[in-house]
Amino acid sequence: MKKILFTVVLFFLGIATTTAQEKEQVTTDSVSLKEIILIGKKQDVSGKEPKPLATLDEYLEKSSKVDMIKRGAYAWEPMINGMTTERSVITIDGMRIFSACTDKMDPVTSYVEISNLSEASISSGQMGAENGATIGGGIDLKRQKEGFTNRRWNGGLSAGGESNGGVKIAGFDLSYGNDSFYFNSDFMYRDAENYFAGGNEEVRYSQFTKYNYSGIAGFKISNHQAVEGSVILDRAIDVGYPALPMDVSLAQAAIVSLMYEHHQPVDFIEHWETKLYFNSIEHQMDDSERTNVPVRMDMPGWSDTYGYYSKAKTTLGNHGIKVNINGFYNKSLAEMTMYPNDPSEKEMFMFTWPNVRTLYSGIFLEDHISINEKYSLQLSGSLGSQMNEIHDPSGLQSLRIFYPEMEKSKARLLPGFNSRFQTDFRNWNFSAGVGYGERAPSVSEGYGFYLFNSFDGFDYIGNPNLAKEKSIELNAGAGMKRKEWKAEINGSYFHIMDYIIGKPDFTLSPMTIGANGIKVYEQLPYATIFHGDFSVSYKLLNNLNWNGKVIYNRGRSHNKEILPLVQPLSYFSSLEFRSGLFSMETSIDGAVEKTEFSREFGESGAPSYTVVNISASKVMYVHQQKLILKLGAENLFDAFYYTFSDWNNIPRKGRNLFINLKYFIQ
Amino acid sequence: MKFKYFFSLLLLAGLTSCSTDSEEVIPDNELEGLVKIQTIQNHTHKLELYSANGDLQEGYNKIVFNLQTLDGREMISDAEIQWNPMMHMESMAHSAPKSEINKRTENLYEGYIIFTMAENEIEYWSIDFDYTIDGEVFSLEAPITVLPTERQKVTSFMGLDDKRYVLTLVEPTDPEVATNEVTIGLFQMANMMEYPVMDGYRILIDPRMPGMGNHSSPNNVHLTRFASDDFYHGKLNLTMSGYWRINLILHNEHGEVVKGEPVDEINESSSLYVELEF
Ligand SMILES: [Cu+2]
Repeated sequence: MKKILFTVVLFFLGIATTTAQEKEQVTTDSVSLKEIILIGKKQDVSGKEPKPLATLDEYLEKSSKVDMIKRGAYAWEPMINGMTTERSVITIDGMRIFSACTDKMDPVTSYVEISNLSEASISSGQMGAENGATIGGGIDLKRQKEGFTNRRWNGGLSAGGESNGGVKIAGFDLSYGNDSFYFNSDFMYRDAENYFAGGNEEVRYSQFTKYNYSGIAGFKISNHQAVEGSVILDRAIDVGYPALPMDVSLAQAAIVSLMYEHHQPVDFIEHWETKLYFNSIEHQMDDSERTNVPVRMDMPGWSDTYGYYSKAKTTLGNHGIKVNINGFYNKSLAEMTMYPNDPSEKEMFMFTWPNVRTLYSGIFLEDHISINEKYSLQLSGSLGSQMNEIHDPSGLQSLRIFYPEMEKSKARLLPGFNSRFQTDFRNWNFSAGVGYGERAPSVSEGYGFYLFNSFDGFDYIGNPNLAKEKSIELNAGAGMKRKEWKAEINGSYFHIMDYIIGKPDFTLSPMTIGANGIKVYEQLPYATIFHGDFSVSYKLLNNLNWNGKVIYNRGRSHNKEILPLVQPLSYFSSLEFRSGLFSMETSIDGAVEKTEFSREFGESGAPSYTVVNISASKVMYVHQQKLILKLGAENLFDAFYYTFSDWNNIPRKGRNLFINLKYFIQ
Repeated sequence: MKFKYFFSLLLLAGLTSCSTDSEEVIPDNELEGLVKIQTIQNHTHKLELYSANGDLQEGYNKIVFNLQTLDGREMISDAEIQWNPMMHMESMAHSAPKSEINKRTENLYEGYIIFTMAENEIEYWSIDFDYTIDGEVFSLEAPITVLPTERQKVTSFMGLDDKRYVLTLVEPTDPEVATNEVTIGLFQMANMMEYPVMDGYRILIDPRMPGMGNHSSPNNVHLTRFASDDFYHGKLNLTMSGYWRINLILHNEHGEVVKGEPVDEINESSSLYVELEF
């Protein structure tokens, strides 16, 4: 009884706290523009994660730098600093992967599973330029690997269930490590039916099924050299997208790599690592499950990428130096076949991505200079060269309808630069930085052909004549650490020149039935984006921790118009209690009303909301094997809500009770 | 040994082709890309009709032919030839728009005919040729088969000016998802036998896909007459494959509408149109 009373008190404390939080597993190295989110085994073992079998999307959402655009229950699109995937670089262990969907149904993050990964490293702005030219930043998803550990055999079984949407999760993993060989292998299965929004409203077409297998193995070939091969096979079927007019019958990826690493290959290089990789993505999008469509259509897409990187790092005096040379070749093709209602008419066909080939080569250099114990300076520079070519002659011809003079290929040079100064004083630290980056237009922005955007209801036409987008970035942060307190504030400001955005051209007639018109990608003279976050954690008692977090974003065009998909003031707060093998967490998360929105993009604002979550976990030992049991409730009061990043304002999940079980076999 | 054998085979093949093919006096390269439709003959001569696919169909037809002695030993390459297609209907007969006959190559003649309709069970087409060789006049005549097209390529109509017209699509014959050169022939039906080419008109185009919400395509160029041939030329943009209805509005030299209406939300199609499907 006492215990229950205690939890209730805790719970209300959680609601009462108005500010937000930085979770413990979101570690930050003092004031930093880098956030590491621990995934997979690392947090399993700690047992701290309130919902260990959450999707990768749910993990990423915790970062204060990342927002997720939701088009359904599956495959959310991560935004860094409020910028969508065109402006960021998302990699898996340094490997570039490109989505195969013209409607952004399959961000790179949808082709991996939490069981494949150990952490997600989120870098803001030019700090994320190591793996390619970026503006908003980068996310590098790090693979889970045993390493040459001598831990021998380890395994685990996981199982989960969720009440809302009948989610079923099952997984197993097996690993082996000795001093000259290791391997990891894991499998994960998720299945969900339609979920229900608050108030028991069914969100149709929100089901999905996903299978993921991954394997990784490393061999030592000498004391200083090792090779590693890895594979991820991911297959999602019957994925519904309630916010879109189409679903996905199949989305699958094969991601393979071969890496060679060498410690101290020569005296002045500490570590050298080279990887060759290949990935192939197939995306089958159709509307066969939908009723009342004016015309049936299939819109499959394919994306194949071949790439490499070779990176070395070393310390020379007080310089920490990193060099990364990388490149990739991508082939993106998407098409659309429409089936007329009149059976005597032939099928209609077009290329929506006209077999666009992208060849990129880049070099990244970083020097981290420790001036003295208090001051450090980080300098980095990058240079990329990107060549785009329309490989398919008929695709080129179709784009020439709009751009009769356009060339088959286009080359761009993409320089970048960043400098950051950091200082530590006792319990305080400050940092300030300035950066410059450029990016080439994405395949859709450059070459998309009648891509329907269900948010604003416009068909989008790419523009091959776009100039590079260029960004000047300023950032600053301050952090404080006391015995019980930890607080941090960060701000980043981006002045983006030649900002790429679709603008309506009412002289053109849309292709999609019922569309509002056509938008062609154009460039604003500039746009500005500000991202700020404040987080604090406080140790109330020895085993009671409070975390709070507030995030603010702002985006404006050159003429003070509001940019689409800008997060309103949002907050998060949690209380964590831990006693021996038992732990408990309650949290609230919410946002103020979104009153500033882009009408041109089809936005209509979003009401304020507050959602309450609660979870408890217990670590048990069964025959000396560890078992973690987690129980929880998300959106406890079944609030009906949607956020600024819910495509077409589709509502989020209502109350959801979950159970996660993790059994460790040693 | 093997080589010798092969060589003699080759020799044999060469000999036989030379000696027996007396009928094939036309070098093959002249006929490249052409398929024979039929042979028409009288007591002295025969005429072989060719087209790109071996058929004649409704609308614009480019026709190639040769004239030779009945025994096929001699090509007649300098005859003066007139032709005339005739539609034999139940109650009347009429001709169709056609070009002059020109020499195409050494042994071939060419021209075009616009068949305004296909044949049916009771109505059929015939063609006659009147030719003069060294002052002597001959003629040839035969029924021909004119097949219907699946989609409308040609249309005969009464204009708002009370004149009868024939309008036909000439190009594109092989439409692509691209900017296509579009060519249209416009003729007035002066009487049952005469169809002069109309000059100075303007043809506005508005391609639409009725199967896909009747959407249009951008940057089309309306058709005007080029002096270099009998036709009107413009640009037609097709953004996807499938069935397209090319809605037309015909303006006369004063910019007055002769036929056709603009397409909008209410009016799905012009009364003047041709069709493409690919
Ligand atoms: Cu898709």
